[in-house]
Amino acid sequence: MLRIPCPFCGERDHTEFSYGGDAGVDYPQIDSTDEKAWYEAVFLRENPRGPHKELWQHNYGCRMWIVVERDTMTHEIFSAEPAHPGVKAQLEKEAAK
Amino acid sequence: MSRQINRLGQGGAIDRSRTLSFSFDGARYEGHPGDTLASALLANDVRIVGRSFKYHRPRGVMSAGVEEGGALITTGSGARRTPNVRATTLELFDGLDTYGQNAWPSVRFDLNALNGLLARFFSAGFYYKTFMGPGRGTWAWMQYEKIIRRAAGMGEASREPDPDSYEIAHAHCDVLVVGSGPAGLEAARVAAEAGLHVILAEQDFAVAPSLLSETEGIGDEAPADWRAARLKALQAAGNVQIMPRTTVFGLYDGGVAGLAERVTDHLADPSPHLPRERFWILRTRRTIVATGALERSVAFGNNDRPGIMLANAARIYANRFGVAAGRRAIVATNNDSGYHSALDMAAAGVDVARILDVRERASDDFAARARAAGIEIMTNCVPVEAAARGTIGKLQIGRRSGATIRADEWLDCDLVAVSGGWTPVVNLLSHRGARPVYDESLATFLPGECAEPIRVAGSAAGVWRSEDCAQSGRAAGAAAARDLGKSALDEQAPAPGGWDRPIHPLWEVRVKGRKLRSFVDPQHDVKTDDIRLAHQEGYVSVEHLKRYTTLGMASDQGKVGNVIGLALMAKATGKTIAETGTTMFRPPYTPVSLGALAGRGCDEHFRATRYTPMHDWNMEHGAVMIDAGLWKRPWYFPAPGEDLTAAYERETAKVRETVGLCDVTSLGKIAVQGPDAAEFLNRVYVNGFGKLPVGRARYGIMLRDDGIVMDDGTTWRLSDSDFFMTTTTANAAKVMGFLEELLETRWPDLRVRVTTVSEQWAGLAVAGPKARQVLEAAVEDIDMSSEAFPFMGVREGHIGGAPCRVARISFSGEMAWEAYVPSDYGAAMCDAVWQAAEPLGGILYGTEALGALRIEKGHVAGPELDGRTTLEDLHLDRMASTKKPFIGNVLRKRPGLMTDDRPQLVGIVPKDRTRRLYAGALLHAPDRLSGHGEGWVTSVTYSPELGHWIGLGLIRGGVEAWSGKTAIHADPVRSGNTEVEITATHFIDPDGSRMHA
Repeated sequence: MLRIPCPFCGERDHTEFSYGGDAGVDYPQIDSTDEKAWYEAVFLRENPRGPHKELWQHNYGCRMWIVVERDTMTHEIFSAEPAHPGVKAQLEKEAAK
Repeated sequence: MSRQINRLGQGGAIDRSRTLSFSFDGARYEGHPGDTLASALLANDVRIVGRSFKYHRPRGVMSAGVEEGGALITTGSGARRTPNVRATTLELFDGLDTYGQNAWPSVRFDLNALNGLLARFFSAGFYYKTFMGPGRGTWAWMQYEKIIRRAAGMGEASREPDPDSYEIAHAHCDVLVVGSGPAGLEAARVAAEAGLHVILAEQDFAVAPSLLSETEGIGDEAPADWRAARLKALQAAGNVQIMPRTTVFGLYDGGVAGLAERVTDHLADPSPHLPRERFWILRTRRTIVATGALERSVAFGNNDRPGIMLANAARIYANRFGVAAGRRAIVATNNDSGYHSALDMAAAGVDVARILDVRERASDDFAARARAAGIEIMTNCVPVEAAARGTIGKLQIGRRSGATIRADEWLDCDLVAVSGGWTPVVNLLSHRGARPVYDESLATFLPGECAEPIRVAGSAAGVWRSEDCAQSGRAAGAAAARDLGKSALDEQAPAPGGWDRPIHPLWEVRVKGRKLRSFVDPQHDVKTDDIRLAHQEGYVSVEHLKRYTTLGMASDQGKVGNVIGLALMAKATGKTIAETGTTMFRPPYTPVSLGALAGRGCDEHFRATRYTPMHDWNMEHGAVMIDAGLWKRPWYFPAPGEDLTAAYERETAKVRETVGLCDVTSLGKIAVQGPDAAEFLNRVYVNGFGKLPVGRARYGIMLRDDGIVMDDGTTWRLSDSDFFMTTTTANAAKVMGFLEELLETRWPDLRVRVTTVSEQWAGLAVAGPKARQVLEAAVEDIDMSSEAFPFMGVREGHIGGAPCRVARISFSGEMAWEAYVPSDYGAAMCDAVWQAAEPLGGILYGTEALGALRIEKGHVAGPELDGRTTLEDLHLDRMASTKKPFIGNVLRKRPGLMTDDRPQLVGIVPKDRTRRLYAGALLHAPDRLSGHGEGWVTSVTYSPELGHWIGLGLIRGGVEAWSGKTAIHADPVRSGNTEVEITATHFIDPDGSRMHA
């Protein structure tokens, strides 16, 4: 029973979220025709034990996609920040005020 | 009505002023408030209460708690019949009806007891070896299994729906204390005094139940006084919530505990407003496990006979319930605690004939007290075998010399109270991954290290004396308080142990030359021989041992027998118990009703129901509804006397002949807005949207990243930067989440917002040759003429006074529009359009006709977009743009997805036009009727236009490979084999002249 600290809504039960997989995947640019790069981005995943950055969407809250760093062994959550870099920067800017 | 002949003259935490009437197997008995069913049955001298799982041996009450493996009964009848209830925890109430189980005709006389003669057939691994070996095959297994399953089993659950209600509740606290013995009470008190919010959960119906049978004082106080003072203080404190009848059945991540509270099972006449049980999801910052310890038995001959029970259970029956569990007792022990049972029973007036102590010497103090009570102590002595006709009558004594035991005299008795030592209840820690650690000197498992903020106190930590348990609880409560920033005394936790003389490990009594039936796990009829057999056959891991013998797999989960089984396995393998290790306990600690876990989430409350704004309107106009995902959608609108078939055939024909209206609100609707919206759609859809003019709609297909088709729908351009996307009903949420993911994680530079507007717009499809005529009458300010409103045009105006957006798109192949108005105007739109359509012979149609129309037209839908099909498979590849990149465009060209022999979309027609088709049927080549076939049928309908059944399907190689050939539509269960022709998918109007009219 995870509790995810949504950067927009505060700490919420994980049942409000849906899991979106590895946040570290580098998708090729949309116009890339590199089949190997697409194949690796779509199909190949690490299965780490320990800290792992992953995407979650707050479906039953703000609907934002967030990057959560979670320990896959202990389920400890270290951080949660907006997946959108611009939104993240804005949030940090406001926090610094 | 029999009298309570075993009820002691005084004592016990029962209310003797009131009498409760209950029944067991049809006979009526009496007990008192405060009794369990087990104590009341013992009071009435009912000693055989069940039959064992495999051998149908008579079984009686073996314990006084959750560890019970013998007295399992069925309560209630009809829909409320509940099997496998432990009589030892079942609170007595007036009118309780109970039944013995696994016996015919009764538990006292059970014909299935003959199974005992066939015992060798039921030993460990028998099924596997006999029926699953080579050459015997599964046929024999399946036949024998039926017979064996009938003879071997437990109680039978009701097959009727559960009439009771259950609740799921959430709670939060600072400190959860599990168990209300001396340790739990003190932990709760100290934590509460530090100002923390405490929940104290107790599985028993009495709080601090262990103190109701305790006679040793705590400090200077008598246990009853100590208990009363502590309870009073806790009840007076405003920050302690005491929850009796509540089992903490599991600990989970993040300080979550699962609690099952039994709310009404103990009430004769419960309020209908109360749930039967509550499942609490509790979040706590600190947990203190004060769950106590469970006594172990000893394996000796016929140790499962009624009249043989755990020593502490006999003490509990005497002290807490005022019941003599026998008239002439023998206590067999390997540790000090058995003496308490002997002394307390003697004090209550039971004739305690002997104490058999396997140790060389008893504790001096206990020995003196036993002698003073007139009890003879036999040291170096053990029980060897019980002689029983039903219940025990005699016990044979064995004399120990070193490790050898010699059988000796037989003693008369009707009660043997056995103590083989104690095992801390570490189950909850196991749930958090902490493995118990074996302590040689205490001959027990102690809780292992736990990385989480969970503390163990009292005998759960291997502390045996009540006074030490109380101190252990104070220490744990204070430590939890300090953790949470409160000040509390730094009290030292006592070390495990606390007996005067050490325990002498005794797991099994074996006598050379004697074959004894010694049970380890009575509930699953696992004997010591079964464990040795498992070892002989090569099972050395405890996990394998458990599965092969089924040791510890019954509803008691091996609470009494597991450690004995481990010890025997260790002995057989020549390892220590520590090396042998233990199996991990998993939740739940005791069985939990499935109803409680479901709570209110059943029947129509299992999931949300979505109604379209036109739901009432549809119902008023005679709709029969069907579930489409969460939605209620009109299925068909039967005229008087029509069934589904007649209705949808009429509706389908009428749409092609005049005009039909269909509620399409459930389609997903997404507003895609922003300067880069067109670019975004270009990347998401396989076809181009960049050059789509304002006021036009386009049918689009989107792929997943891996190149498989994800969804389809039309998207309308309302302005340069404002698009109205529709998705299929089924994929609305998935598409929305995917678009959001793309915009936030992959293309954050695109200036686009997506907003779900599915709930904001009510949609109506108007289809048929008279659709234009209808809309000309209903729509107030849009020119509907062919020139002004071409196919795929989008216009905005008003219907029935409501603002609307209308697109000329067709799912049926007829001239058709889809009109959307703000949801609140949905019914008004229906009224306006229906007013125009009805006089023209129009009809309302539902999803069945909708499906028939699209199959006739060869349009794909959910059954074809099944997550496995590519653009090529569906002949949609010509839509894919070559001028721009889009999601899935690279991986869709993987060689395996591009081969010619992939199953491809085709039309299917039965050769004999009178035969019907079935979705899900396999398509075979006529000369190869076995295997998975060449393809399958995805969608079928009767076509009123063509006058016969048609279908869509996917078949290897598609229409090119099958043109002019016959395929076999194979559906062995519903229709057998049907010869079919494979055709193109456009069954009607292939050039589309109707929808462009």
